[in-house]
Amino acid sequence: MSVLNMASDAGVVAKRNLIKIKRVPDLLVFTTLSPIMFVLLFAYVFGGAIDPSGGGAGYREFLIAGIFAQTVVFGATNTGAGLAEDVKKGIIDRFRSLPMSSSAVLTGRTLSDVVNNVIVLVVMSVTGLLVGWRINTSFLEALWGFVLLLVFAYAISWIMAWIGLLIPSPEVINNASFIIIFPLTFVANTFVPLGTLPGPLRVFAEWNPVSAVTQAARELFGNPDPNPNAIASQAWSLQHPQLYTLIWAVVVIAVFAPLATAQYRRAASR
Amino acid sequence: MADAIRATGLVKHYGAVKALDGVDLTVREGTVLGLLGPNGAGKTTAVRVLTTLLRPDAGQAEVAGVDVLADPRAVRSRIGLSGQYAAVDEYLTGYENLEMIGRLYHLGRKHSRVRARELLEQFDLADAGDRPTRTYSGGMRRRLDLAGALVADPPVLLLDEPTTGLDPRSRTDLWEVIRRLVARGTTVLLTTQYLEEADALADEIVVIDHGKVIARGTADQLKAQVGGERLEVTVSDPGALTPVAELMGPLGVGPPVLDEHRRSMTMPVSGGVDVLRDALDRLRAGGIKVDDAGLRRPTLDDVFLTLTGRPTDGSDSDIDEPVTAEVRS
Repeated sequence: MSVLNMASDAGVVAKRNLIKIKRVPDLLVFTTLSPIMFVLLFAYVFGGAIDPSGGGAGYREFLIAGIFAQTVVFGATNTGAGLAEDVKKGIIDRFRSLPMSSSAVLTGRTLSDVVNNVIVLVVMSVTGLLVGWRINTSFLEALWGFVLLLVFAYAISWIMAWIGLLIPSPEVINNASFIIIFPLTFVANTFVPLGTLPGPLRVFAEWNPVSAVTQAARELFGNPDPNPNAIASQAWSLQHPQLYTLIWAVVVIAVFAPLATAQYRRAASR
Repeated sequence: MADAIRATGLVKHYGAVKALDGVDLTVREGTVLGLLGPNGAGKTTAVRVLTTLLRPDAGQAEVAGVDVLADPRAVRSRIGLSGQYAAVDEYLTGYENLEMIGRLYHLGRKHSRVRARELLEQFDLADAGDRPTRTYSGGMRRRLDLAGALVADPPVLLLDEPTTGLDPRSRTDLWEVIRRLVARGTTVLLTTQYLEEADALADEIVVIDHGKVIARGTADQLKAQVGGERLEVTVSDPGALTPVAELMGPLGVGPPVLDEHRRSMTMPVSGGVDVLRDALDRLRAGGIKVDDAGLRRPTLDDVFLTLTGRPTDGSDSDIDEPVTAEVRS
């Protein structure tokens, strides 16, 4: 199997997944509406409470990167649900009976979910700009921030791909990912400064990769903690959030891409 | 003539259940093999092994001259699979489905497009080709799924219950398509629960049950074994079954089989309506209360009754096939 064929197979599968976005526009409407709702809810409901002095403007800036991180992580769960659905419907059997690259179905799926996340990030950024979020750095730094968010979500996609093939029930996947992803994205610096968390929870939050990618995005967008007296976390992960995010993503892909591919070869339709 | 499919000693366990228990299959090039059996007999498992979707625990298989275990990818480029579920993407149009499959067979962009249109035309789907397939009827999806199996014009086709769940009209249409393919030299292995279907399409039939081959031969050979038409008498009192069997005995060309649970007696006969008339006269003379009596053609049940001495029991072990309530005609 040549690399060219592998790339072409993955492209064909990704195109197939993206056609679904076109055919079921409601899906796109709702995946973009929920992040907009999140931006507005957090900005105006929590914003005032956490940052009373500045009417919430500072907190809104601080918050946006957190919502971006949470949303792309949730976006990555689509990978699992999508694959589970394909197994259930026998599409995976069809693919497996074709002389195509065995990693292409997964690569195609994870790549199309990146495209999904790009669309969602664009929508959220516009909403963010409307409620007062600003990028206070250079274009390149901001772009790198977005790339880090996408790379991070891409790594999570591979975990979800493995789970989706392991538990081929879209409903179970949706519920299970909710239970895992919610604490993961909340016990972090996404919505509150870490200083407010009690000891053990704070340690977890400091090493939580969601915190790192959020911190990295904040730095790259130039959205610091609005509290001037806040003490920056001394954890290595938050001192070097970009590096930690990248290491984490690479390790996760290195572990879960082979696991998911092996599971794909075994996956049997019900 | 060479063998397009040759499998020996296939074994596959699922926990304690033996889905395949030493199955041998041979299909000569350009012929149709009908793999006949009830739900859970192991038909789908056999197809999954031959299409490289499943590794057997033991045994060997060669499809289109290639070892299934040694070079699965080469096998995949020489076969077409159409499953029990129409595995078409419901969000894609019929055309997009076929074009995608062509690309994944590495036919190239241009050839994939041409081939997709060609197949839509051939399967009477040209008008619906640019509609998402979720708007298709069950028969249309099946046709599209079969078209998907033909994209690369493979020499060997494996069809897993291609007509299950189809209405009679769509079923005969699909049979026609399969006949045309075979006429052009394609080798086909098809699984079915319908004796009638195997009869209509297959050059040779293999009957499997509980993962074992229990009979093989041409449709005529099997029918000779099973007998032609049957007389079936259902009584209201199960106790009357033995006297019924005694009364009917002389009319049969084979021994009567009693089913206490269904309060029925079944017996191979020949002679058509005259036998039925004769039987009813005898029953009336014997003073037996009859709920139902009639002549019918042999069903899969009869094959099983004759070959195994017990009816099909799809209910207890449908490990790899979904329950369909259409075993009995």
